[in-house]
Amino acid sequence: MVENVRELLKAHSGLKREVYFDVENSSPVPDEVVEAMLPYYNKVAYGNPTLTHKPGWEAFETLMESSQKLASYLGCRNAEEVNFTPGETEANNLAILGIARSLKEKARKVVISEVEPINVLQVVEMLQKEGFSVTKVPVDREGFVNLEKLREAVDHETAIVSLSAVNHEIGTIQPLKEAVEIVSDRNVETVFHTDASDAFGKVPFDVQALNVDLATVSSYKILGPRGAGCLYVKGGVDLERILEGQIGTQRLWPGVENTPAIVGFTKASELIFQDFETNVARIKRLRDKLVDGIMSIIPDVELNGPRGEKRAPDNANISFLRCEGEALTIELSLSGVYVSSGSACSRRLLQPSHVLIAIGRKFDQAHGSILMKVSRVQSEEDINYALEVIPKAVDRIRGISGSTGVS
Amino acid sequence: MKLSRAPLPYNPKILELFRNPKNLGKMEDASVSAVAGNPMCGDMITFYLKISDTGIVEKASFESYGCAANIATSSIVTEMIKGMKLEDAWNVSYKSVAEAVGGLPSVKFHCGILAVGALKRAIRKYFEIRGATPTWLQKEPSFEEKQALEEEQLAKMLDKRMKLAEGK
Repeated sequence: MVENVRELLKAHSGLKREVYFDVENSSPVPDEVVEAMLPYYNKVAYGNPTLTHKPGWEAFETLMESSQKLASYLGCRNAEEVNFTPGETEANNLAILGIARSLKEKARKVVISEVEPINVLQVVEMLQKEGFSVTKVPVDREGFVNLEKLREAVDHETAIVSLSAVNHEIGTIQPLKEAVEIVSDRNVETVFHTDASDAFGKVPFDVQALNVDLATVSSYKILGPRGAGCLYVKGGVDLERILEGQIGTQRLWPGVENTPAIVGFTKASELIFQDFETNVARIKRLRDKLVDGIMSIIPDVELNGPRGEKRAPDNANISFLRCEGEALTIELSLSGVYVSSGSACSRRLLQPSHVLIAIGRKFDQAHGSILMKVSRVQSEEDINYALEVIPKAVDRIRGISGSTGVS
Repeated sequence: MKLSRAPLPYNPKILELFRNPKNLGKMEDASVSAVAGNPMCGDMITFYLKISDTGIVEKASFESYGCAANIATSSIVTEMIKGMKLEDAWNVSYKSVAEAVGGLPSVKFHCGILAVGALKRAIRKYFEIRGATPTWLQKEPSFEEKQALEEEQLAKMLDKRMKLAEGK
């Protein structure tokens, strides 16, 4: 198998430029972040932060500084509210399972939306097997959660509601404040969790202003390293650990802290928040250029998700009709443009993106969808290159379909 | 069983056929054409065959709305059957197609099946139009024709369910 992959890689030789838009699934870590991390592997703070020696105390100091910085970017009351985890998947698991297990004697209902990330869908599926009842609140054609249905779904037995702040596939900025108010109005004891991985560093997000109880943040989605993330836990909210082992500085996650990754996560946050408005405005301008370019050059394309201010500034999700998505991802890769697709074929589940289906896209629209996220490291030239490559790739793949695939 | 999610390890032959498919495009003077799959499945193939008076496949071409495996298997089928007697073309199996492209990732086996399904439908249709069925042509659908039908029905069912859900 690896032989085949080696050959696939060889086919990429001589690329003029490489533009990585697949921040949904992993991301490149910029040099300045890598440089900030490197000393923490073997120069400083490589000890276990709970132990009584210099490298341990250094690690302790480093982790405390990191949590303080993240706490300030998130709008926490104090640094104890930041709990590091190995990533978004782990933080979402901890939030939902941790609350469900802690409240299982009195509340056995869970409410999510139809467009949550796969890890949330699968955790609640597991809870369902354990006897919890699960309600998935529908969304409209732009991915906004139906607040009336949310109101109906929450009652005195609801343990937790989990709604993403920004949809990971189509960039819908949810009316989170209203959702939190509705949930608290229905049941003041229901815990409100939000996966804010696509909000943090991209749209204004403040845990106190929104009054959420739990919030997940991922490091790689802001170009930090993989292997880091955190769960904001509002003071006073009690949840159980989902893994057992030696507890260090992180009361909710056992095991030795990944200090270099946490340092990188913090550095990546700093690089965004030191000039949040400028960074976001720049990303949005490049994203608009990419989307407007594609929509004006290529016929038969559709933007998935909302337009304007209610869409995350980095997100582009476009369906190319008569163009199968997986074939398009490969064709683009061979020209150095890296994207992912909501096509059944590329997802290996043989079911197209559940988010696109939930907003009422037809199967053929979902099969031809491409997800791109513009990031801080991209330049005007990168976008120009993508706008040169994408129309050619779509043309070639459409040429293979011919009249086949027109529904 | 817990499945991993390794990258689809398409082999060099599939990549080559994906980049430079053979016999691509609609055939204006085809004796027969047939389709398998539909856009809802995310997989759809049309085969065009030009058949001589003596029952030989003179030309074959295809169009494919599908992934790289779909394109590669369709392309290789057109190469395999060119110059074949229809009886021999009928006996092409999805296994031999998978072999000819140097092996398929397991989740992509259905692409090879769909390609052969479209071919067999075309052959069957050719004889139906002529109103003369040779003895070697089995009456009941072949494995590949059945699989293609199942995939199409599944997609239609899901589509229907979606339309119902929309009306809620």
